[in-house]
Amino acid sequence: MAANLDRVFILLRDWLIGFLPAAIRPAAGVVLGVIAIVCVFPGLFALTTVFERKGLGRMQNRIGPNRVGPFGLFQPVADGIKALIKEDIVPVTADAVVHFLAPLTLVIAVFMEFAVLPMGRNMALVDMGSGLLFFFAMSASTELSVFMAGWSSRNKYSMLGAMRAIAQMISYEIVLVLSSVTVVMIAGSLSLPKIVDAQNHYTGVFPHWYIFTPWGFAACLMFAVAATAETNRSPFDLPEGESELVAGYHTEYSGFKFALFFLGEYLAMFSVSGLGATLFLGGWSAPFSFLAFIPSWFWFFSKVMLSIFVFIWVRGTLPRLRQDQLMNFAWKFALPFTLLDLLVTALWHFLGAGWQRWVFCTVILVAAYVLMGLGQERHKRIGHRTYRYAD
Amino acid sequence: MTAFPSPLVGYLLVAAVLFAIGLAGALVRRNAIIVLIGIELMLNSANLNLIAFWRFGPHPEALTGMMFAILSIAVAAAEAAVGLGLIISIYRHTNTAELDKINRLKG
Amino acid sequence: MNAVFYLLAAITIAGGLAAILLKHLIHAALAVTVAFGGIALLFLQLDAQFVGFAQFLVYIGAVAILIVFAILLTHGAELPREGVFSKSWITALIIAAGVFAVTGWAVLQSVDAVPQRNTVPAVSVHDIGNALVGRYVLPLEIVGLLLTAATIGAVIVAMLEKERSR
Repeated sequence: MAANLDRVFILLRDWLIGFLPAAIRPAAGVVLGVIAIVCVFPGLFALTTVFERKGLGRMQNRIGPNRVGPFGLFQPVADGIKALIKEDIVPVTADAVVHFLAPLTLVIAVFMEFAVLPMGRNMALVDMGSGLLFFFAMSASTELSVFMAGWSSRNKYSMLGAMRAIAQMISYEIVLVLSSVTVVMIAGSLSLPKIVDAQNHYTGVFPHWYIFTPWGFAACLMFAVAATAETNRSPFDLPEGESELVAGYHTEYSGFKFALFFLGEYLAMFSVSGLGATLFLGGWSAPFSFLAFIPSWFWFFSKVMLSIFVFIWVRGTLPRLRQDQLMNFAWKFALPFTLLDLLVTALWHFLGAGWQRWVFCTVILVAAYVLMGLGQERHKRIGHRTYRYAD
Repeated sequence: MTAFPSPLVGYLLVAAVLFAIGLAGALVRRNAIIVLIGIELMLNSANLNLIAFWRFGPHPEALTGMMFAILSIAVAAAEAAVGLGLIISIYRHTNTAELDKINRLKG
Repeated sequence: MNAVFYLLAAITIAGGLAAILLKHLIHAALAVTVAFGGIALLFLQLDAQFVGFAQFLVYIGAVAILIVFAILLTHGAELPREGVFSKSWITALIIAAGVFAVTGWAVLQSVDAVPQRNTVPAVSVHDIGNALVGRYVLPLEIVGLLLTAATIGAVIVAMLEKERSR
């Protein structure tokens, strides 16, 4: 029964394509998978928009949207209708073709990233030998669409926003890729389903997820920081900060094209959360061995939603970083720390099993973190924090 | 369009066309960046040739063609970076990026 | 030869032609990005997945962005342009046709000498990794050194010089 519930989507797909002639069944299976992804993830995006606004509202001591539907849950429907019926304004001096193609390129590249994520046992749409490399290739293609959007608007705010966004995305992409390479080194494969299989073991009750190892924890932290920067989320959202640059590279977009940019940003958040869950949190494997009867796709989506919640939480808590602080952080702290983490991962592999490698690796990583953090703070002139309370 | 004698010939002809286009662009255009784009097209066509021969040739498990192509991609990226840095530096100095105006060593 | 190959070849060649014939620099840069994408897809057709995705990552994700940044920093996109194609488009097409005639003739003459193996090579990423640190470790290290030198060199060449005191 539990096994059937786990495989319910695969069984559903097989039943549906059973109605078709045998020659086109593989193609029809893939098309059904694509339709499922295109329906599920934008649906989750709609849920996340209201989730985020309510969550941010509660963190800021206000309620958030509560007019449209119970607890404001139909707000995305209202937002969608608004986006569709708004007039699509293209500036006269804008480059019309590039202006039109930019949101399309972004959304296409981001949707392609979902093709390799293993959303459950045997539920990756395509199992490629180099699935992780495909993911990063698609993520690199989004940078070009950001440039196209900013440049084609012929607007200094848009251009500035696009330049900042690209510089930030390139810098943090290196950190993202290197922290994923640590996982690849230990799992021994670039294929994402195989990486999940490598984490799907339990000692007693506890799982072998990579986040529970010292190098995995450090890599996951760097991955989380780099993912926040890659998707231009706060505290790295200077390229689209409302109080700074109007709206950055999507200033001149209105109506449905703006909705496409919004969709692209949130889908990028989902896909990078999915990748983080696959690499560090064990993908579709259950947190304790006695919970393995709950279907695998439930665990995957729970981990993705947990990561989204952490993204929203960080947005509501931390102030925005300035561009030079952001770039300094990437090149002077995150990149050296990730390189050191690569070394520690190799050390972990070659020291062999036992308590020594835990102690050794943890000590190296904590010492490096403290020393590099102290090195970064040496130029600050911050006094002791004082508080003043209203009486 | 007649069928090619073998699939390899099709890929070689595409690579030859790209090489010719890249060479023409590098020779004819005045703007330094378009010349660099032509050079990148030529490098890409050579990579296509390498991978086509790797795929259809004997001993693909020796991976020679693929290794050559991967290293060529890395070298081309490095060369594009240095070339574009040079063009930017020359622009700052002479305020133009057109090759027929950068014809003196003085200054 | 299937339709996908013809389509990809057409896209790539069209992108390449547009890249050298268009007057507007940013459009030329975007056209060459399309050509890079077409070549990456041709690599995927040739069962070289690793090289295809590396081509996406390096060329479209880095080299194309370098090119557009350089165009912006040399103010190449600001002048108003009349006309779509550059002034010397006939010369470019004649040179391209001439070079293609020579190389295409050479390819078609040697059709019989060309290898004809048609089975898909069974190569995994594991083999590529082993080859890179096994047989090809020296080129790998030299390319690493080259990339380091190129990065440092590009930064130094393009750095703003310090103001000299007057």
